[in-house]
Amino acid sequence: MEGTMTKVSIVGVAQTRFEERIASLAINELVYMVVRELLHKTGVSMKEIRSIVTASQDAWDGRTISGMTINEVVGGYLNAEAKVAADGLQALLYGAARIMSGEYTLTLVVAHCKESEGTPHAITNLMFDPFTQRHLGLDDVTAAALQARRYMRLRGLAAEDIAAVAVKNHRHAKKNPFAQRAGDFTITDVLNSPILADPIHELEAAPQSDGACALLLASESKARTVTDHPVFIIGMGNATDAYWTDRELGEAKALRQAASRAYRMAGIEYPAHEIDVAEISARYAYEELMAMEALGLSEAPQDMLARGDCEIGGRLPINPSGGPLCGNPVTVSGLVRVVEAYLQLTDQAGEHQVHGAQTALAHGAGGICGQNQSVVILRRE
Amino acid sequence: MPRRVAIISTGQTKHRAKRRDVNVRELITEAVTRALEEADIRMKDIDAVVIGNMEPFEGFLFPELWAVEGWGGYLKPSVKFNTGGTVGTTTAIAAYYYVASGIYDVVLAIGFEKQSEGHTQTAITTVGDPIWERAIMAGAVGNFAVMASTYIHDSGVTEEQAAKVAVKARRNACNNEYAHLQMPDITVEDVLKSRMLAYPVKLLDMCPQSDGACAVVFAEESRAKQLAPRPAWIKAVATAHEQQYMGDSPKRLAAMRSQVAASRRAYAYAGITNPRKELDVAEIYEVASFAELAMYENLGFCERGEGGKLIDAGVTEMTGELPVNPSGGVLSTNPIGATALIRVAEAALQVMGKAGKRQIDGVRTALATGYGGNAWTDVMILSRDL
Amino acid sequence: MTKKDDETQRVQYLLDIEYHYAAGELATRFFTELKEAGRIMGMRCSGCHRVYLPPRPVCGICYKELKDWVPLSDEGIIVGCTVVHLPFIDPMTGEQRPVPYGFAIIRLDGASTSIYHFVDETDEKKLRVGQRVKAVFREPRTGSLHHDIKYFRLVGK
Repeated sequence: MEGTMTKVSIVGVAQTRFEERIASLAINELVYMVVRELLHKTGVSMKEIRSIVTASQDAWDGRTISGMTINEVVGGYLNAEAKVAADGLQALLYGAARIMSGEYTLTLVVAHCKESEGTPHAITNLMFDPFTQRHLGLDDVTAAALQARRYMRLRGLAAEDIAAVAVKNHRHAKKNPFAQRAGDFTITDVLNSPILADPIHELEAAPQSDGACALLLASESKARTVTDHPVFIIGMGNATDAYWTDRELGEAKALRQAASRAYRMAGIEYPAHEIDVAEISARYAYEELMAMEALGLSEAPQDMLARGDCEIGGRLPINPSGGPLCGNPVTVSGLVRVVEAYLQLTDQAGEHQVHGAQTALAHGAGGICGQNQSVVILRRE
Repeated sequence: MPRRVAIISTGQTKHRAKRRDVNVRELITEAVTRALEEADIRMKDIDAVVIGNMEPFEGFLFPELWAVEGWGGYLKPSVKFNTGGTVGTTTAIAAYYYVASGIYDVVLAIGFEKQSEGHTQTAITTVGDPIWERAIMAGAVGNFAVMASTYIHDSGVTEEQAAKVAVKARRNACNNEYAHLQMPDITVEDVLKSRMLAYPVKLLDMCPQSDGACAVVFAEESRAKQLAPRPAWIKAVATAHEQQYMGDSPKRLAAMRSQVAASRRAYAYAGITNPRKELDVAEIYEVASFAELAMYENLGFCERGEGGKLIDAGVTEMTGELPVNPSGGVLSTNPIGATALIRVAEAALQVMGKAGKRQIDGVRTALATGYGGNAWTDVMILSRDL
Repeated sequence: MTKKDDETQRVQYLLDIEYHYAAGELATRFFTELKEAGRIMGMRCSGCHRVYLPPRPVCGICYKELKDWVPLSDEGIIVGCTVVHLPFIDPMTGEQRPVPYGFAIIRLDGASTSIYHFVDETDEKKLRVGQRVKAVFREPRTGSLHHDIKYFRLVGK
């Protein structure tokens, strides 16, 4: 890493409320809402923006080249838009690279998904090996269930340990106005909710969600002209794992790798002490514990959770927004974690604010059982 | 200032209508292995991988993750792009930025498509906006035919002139061991007499559907100098998109706003004022014979309305002043997710002096373009000079 | 390294995914006008005065939010045209569309942008850029661009 690299900062964010079905808005209308709000908040005109990176998936949108749907509302006309067919956090990583190159001072990053328009089982079945796995009817949830069982066995975790994640996150979500699902559930409530695929219960899985989010990246010097409170990206890391049936499913090896890259870049040696708040893309409750471990935030995350350390006000709050369990349009997942981390570092998180947060971690994942993992570290000045 | 970035090696598969001897994973490996061998490096020398593909053509979600072993991605950073026909150049441009930014030193860019495995017409139909366009689409051929009619009307270009492009492409392809359609004996007459698909576009005016993959290795300055005797330095990249719907672009191909904007931006960045004189070769995403002629005009190789005259004068032939698509172009080879990256690879081969039988003498500067989406354009300019 | 070009086994997979696209507020308004009044509406940009069809949230060129609806003529000119001979599956029915058929990009009077549609003419010598066309409606109208406008017919010389 060279010392002369342009520092990248986030100068503004916007998100829609996540809902099970936003039937009144077409995808371009939904995305326009967040982009308009972002421009309004930052005072930046679309005329200044020449670089755009978006995240969406053709299979979810039911359209070949899903980026075409939102091209105009993200300011794509005659400009450099590119779409990652990956988790939204990947769009941020590429957007940051464009700014670090010195060629662009601003980059708009947008992710959207309306899960309600497609058929999740049939769509996620397309991730599976066509020769030996698709015909088994596998989908995202069934693969996650297999991973959950494996992880629980390796770590000796009980169903209650996993359910506790859902309890905490739904409680946090009560304070997040954008959350789709929230409530004071007990461990019993969680374990009594319908089983989707054993051991995963409904309240331990992200609900079907529609939504979008956007954020604006700027070079350091540009950021100074836009805001008095830029948040800097100080670490970035990504790694790809083996296909789900070719690896030890109970270990998040790629996430360890992605995290170590991000920490190295950020100069973080003791993440558990240096990170003040983390937003983790745990679309299933067990994933939060797995991720905390792989991110080096805890060696026994279930104990940390049981002690209340992961609550807002605890030693290291995890998913103060409620996380994906409380609303999670696929593809938006990792990017909205950054949006939330930004809100925390600029004291704009309202009721779910973690006081005094200086350094935040945001995590995103894509593919079956988190095959591709991304981590970013953010810091306020 | 961005760090200097160069292409140090490329690899392609044998592109064919149906590569039934391999699956997607093996197809990718074929291209990646060639690119690594060319630079005499191994996967451990690659810091990150960027991948382009149009997965609706295979009926997949995350096909690249399924195929991860085929491209050596285990525990490496990687990202997948999907932008339509431009995806290969989107991927090349992303590889450029990842290196230029200082995040990675050596990045492998991959494009792949196994079109024979899915239903191409369905995947192309669903390019149309589901609310406004899809029910009244006529596929890629209908779309190009309509665009060609506007261009013919504006420029007076003839079907014979377009046929010359089709002939040039398939004859050039005979010098390219990887090309799909190689037709040494094709004539203008053959093109004009080929089956009418959608007036004025005939079968031999259109690109084929291919199975194929392409891999290109990008490196920062010191690694590039170390690993390649003559790297192809990237002098400029540019992307320009159109407005929202198919009918938004006035005159479509005949005045392709995105191509004019992106090419002028790239020329300015690379210090090019007279592209016809200053470019030594161009690998453009021409997709249909008529499109190539329109693109000559859009890219500033000639004045408006002069595209037909340029092919008549032989300017863009192998022996001409500015050879266009010595590889045989998209008219000869079109595995969609790889097609635009092949343009970049072929431009790089010309600069590196490694284009074999299709090598143009003395290439210093080369242009590569991507075309896709709703008349979107990517441009990359490569040079022998740092 | 390339294997012999012999065939390896293939596995069939039939892709069947149902989608329910939300047309959105603007399309709903457009289709309601079309169905109830037989009127084709565009949206005018207050910045550059372009009139857009289809309607959309924002002008891609000025990035001004579009608010003003304006009625468009059901007549216009051909910007580009073809006669399609290649059999093509109609995505709405899954059946092959009968060939040949006329297909054009048409700019309605009053609009700055164009739409694709069918033209009731299969003689390529009669179908020319710049020719005037008029929409032929299908009754009863259902509120859909491809259904309610059956096709365009050539008008004038």
